[in-house]
Amino acid sequence: MAFEKYDFTPITQSIHQALIENISPLLATVIEWTIIGVLYLLFIALFGLLLVYAERKVCAAFQQRLGPMRVGPWGLLQTIADFIKLLMKELITPKSIDKFLYNLAPFIVIIVPFLTISVIPFAPGLQALDFDIGIFFVTAVSSIGVIGVLLAGWASNNKYSLIGGMRSGAQIVSYELSVGMSLITMVILAGTMQVSEIVELQRGGWFLFKGHIPAFIAFTVFVIAGTAETNRGPFDLAEAESELTAGFHTEYSGIKFAFFFLAEYINLFIVAAMATIVFLGGWMPFHFGDWTTFNNAMDFIPGLVWFFMKVFGIIFLIMWFKWTFPRLRIDQILTLEWKYLLPINLFNILLMATMVLLGWHW
Amino acid sequence: MTNEQLIEQLSSAYPDAVVKQGSQYPEILIPHDKMHTFMQKLKSDSAFAFDYLVCQSGVDYPAFIQVVYHLESTTHKHFLVVKTNTADRETPALDTVADIWPTAEFHEDEIFDLLGITFNNHPHLRRLFLDENWGFPLRKDYKDDIHVVER
Amino acid sequence: MGAIIEKIITTDEIKTDEYLVNIGPQHPSTHGVLRLLTKLEGEIVHNVEPHIGYIHSGIEKMTEALSYPQIVHLTDRMDYFSSSMNNEAVCLCVENALQIEVPERVKYIRTIFSELQRLASHQLWWCASGMDLGALTAFFYGLRDREDILDILEETCGARLTLNYIVPGGVMFDIHPNFQKNVKAFITKFRKKLPEYDKLLTDNIIFQNRTKGVGVLSREDAIAFGVTGPTGRASGFSCDVRKHHPYSAYPYIKFDEKLGTDGDSFMRWKVRMNEMWESMNIIEQLIDNIPEGDFALKMKGVIKLPEGEFYQRVESARGEFGVYIVSDGKKNPYRVKFRSPGFSNLFTINHITKGWKIADLVAIMATFDLVIPDIDR
Repeated sequence: MAFEKYDFTPITQSIHQALIENISPLLATVIEWTIIGVLYLLFIALFGLLLVYAERKVCAAFQQRLGPMRVGPWGLLQTIADFIKLLMKELITPKSIDKFLYNLAPFIVIIVPFLTISVIPFAPGLQALDFDIGIFFVTAVSSIGVIGVLLAGWASNNKYSLIGGMRSGAQIVSYELSVGMSLITMVILAGTMQVSEIVELQRGGWFLFKGHIPAFIAFTVFVIAGTAETNRGPFDLAEAESELTAGFHTEYSGIKFAFFFLAEYINLFIVAAMATIVFLGGWMPFHFGDWTTFNNAMDFIPGLVWFFMKVFGIIFLIMWFKWTFPRLRIDQILTLEWKYLLPINLFNILLMATMVLLGWHW
Repeated sequence: MTNEQLIEQLSSAYPDAVVKQGSQYPEILIPHDKMHTFMQKLKSDSAFAFDYLVCQSGVDYPAFIQVVYHLESTTHKHFLVVKTNTADRETPALDTVADIWPTAEFHEDEIFDLLGITFNNHPHLRRLFLDENWGFPLRKDYKDDIHVVER
Repeated sequence: MGAIIEKIITTDEIKTDEYLVNIGPQHPSTHGVLRLLTKLEGEIVHNVEPHIGYIHSGIEKMTEALSYPQIVHLTDRMDYFSSSMNNEAVCLCVENALQIEVPERVKYIRTIFSELQRLASHQLWWCASGMDLGALTAFFYGLRDREDILDILEETCGARLTLNYIVPGGVMFDIHPNFQKNVKAFITKFRKKLPEYDKLLTDNIIFQNRTKGVGVLSREDAIAFGVTGPTGRASGFSCDVRKHHPYSAYPYIKFDEKLGTDGDSFMRWKVRMNEMWESMNIIEQLIDNIPEGDFALKMKGVIKLPEGEFYQRVESARGEFGVYIVSDGKKNPYRVKFRSPGFSNLFTINHITKGWKIADLVAIMATFDLVIPDIDR
């Protein structure tokens, strides 16, 4: 396959060999972890900044204006300028807060994306952790984010933050169900929870097309539930500016606020990445069954580029929702989940299981 | 009802009220102690049926403060101006009509705020625009050295 | 064990606290400086008490020391989105008191300007309400079209918002030579844009869920609370001053008064959208037929009204705007009272929001279209 020349495995393997031969295995492992950690830090920081810039430009395009244009060419340095400004801001801490929890909350919220990114395969051979329960790990770990939100709302000692935190918490916990169940639907189709296996299995065609109807339903539900889980788009009542101030992160300023802000965008990336992996083939190019020439042509584009193209496509879709639709009320958000998405999901799982048993998929 | 019919009916029903044709609409000046029952009748009587209180204003005169009600009927489409004077200017008080037309509750708050008329039986009389211990600006003898410039 | 089971608590006994929350005075969705003291229990609103007066400038007191053309200038600033209609109210009151008849050309021009401002006001309402409900893009679309109207107004009057163009006796200057052409071009363009607004918000299911059935105001309540304008019409209260007591050029044209039945937020929305269509129809009937003539009567240098009391009402973008002038024959009025539509509309909010949630309070405030300087004067 042509894309094997874009495989990162030789590079990672050679680094690993070099370290093992020259230093003790323990130290080698620690150095490997450090390298991966630093790379991920850089990735998250840069990608977060890029996503914020992309949001502003996409939003401006929908609103028929230009967006940031002055800071740097085409406004590219705008987010960096904003970030530097946030770093330099005075950290105003209110007096009667619960200090430990107040300081802990942003860290919990930012650690969760780190954990989840570790199982995402960016390209063949470029994946930090490859469990055989990868999908399960992702759903489990992303649930920890709720704690950060609730702590932020509680520890701020402010009734607006408390209301916002409670609303957010209820929303996130409800929509995790839908996210988990749509992922399970695709796990039934794949037969495995190991993320690299799932991507490999889509060599002959992406799951979205292989699994046709149930996969399509699962994809729709996943995108809706994913937007709701990251508190974005039409489901952002908790931080709606036109209602009660800024929700659970009202009392945070400076770098702590930057953590919440960044975490929201990285979570958006994670939702898009999971959708890409499970529905759109991850880094797998667009293959069509046995059309070898077509497949070989598609293979010329590296897997890394395919992955990011798909991720950006889904991120654009999610941003499109946010800037078009009005907001749902909190009880409407919860009704949507419990009365509509959950039964649809359950029915869909049944449908997918029947399909897999009877072999009615490609 | 036309203006003439209105004037005729009202003057025959209320001999101690002064009814006349003003510059635009019929006007009736009613004594303040009979005002509330009169207003009640204006709303409930089907021949009059004044269910829409358009505007309620207070006007300060040298001897008394007058409250002017502009009333309209949505069914018969006739219009009437009702006026009533307070007894004096030191402790002006009138009956409220908030139980007849709910919108009067807030117009009366405004009149209380700016002119100082207290309304009896008002559900919750409060000053709308100004502080508690401000004077009553719309009165002609209002003196305020800081905020009002006299020429 | 038995002792523990005995004390099973039902949810009726668990008392939740009511708490007070201030919405405003600085808040993006209160459309001005308005403080709503809300008593909430969880998410449910129990009581809303509006506190106003943050922008009270004592306009009624000021008028007692000003001449009548100067009063017209002050009325611009009360409900600034319908400034020509406010101007027209005072000018008509003065003209009716002096019993003078303005030239036909003046009537046509005044009506066209009022309808243009009504269009601009409703567009701003549309985009600000969309923004309140979360559709942030709507804000930019509405403003983009409003700019065209403001350019037309600026060409003739010199000002975009507080026009101060209509004066007792006529209008201040004649219309710009390009006025008719620009207005016709704008109407052609806007007729295509308005369905786009409908598709974006009115037909959107999220929006309909937010507004249908929310904040119902019955017809009897609308009359009892004196709620006029599109808000009153949505409840079935036929209160259009242009129809019942026509003034200026309104007797010469045909237009519909759309009445709603439900009185909920969705109906208020639709009535206002429909009013934009009607405004365009009115302008189209008038724009080509402006008669030739003077653009103002020659008035005396000092205008003195005869002794007496005069009440004039016009239909502003928000409802019935009334001017009550008490004159004692001098050049300054004895008392001027402005009947502002927002004042009556605002205080119904407590009555109709009981039992709904905070998000519904925002939706109700959005559809009421309040401008706070109009209420505070």
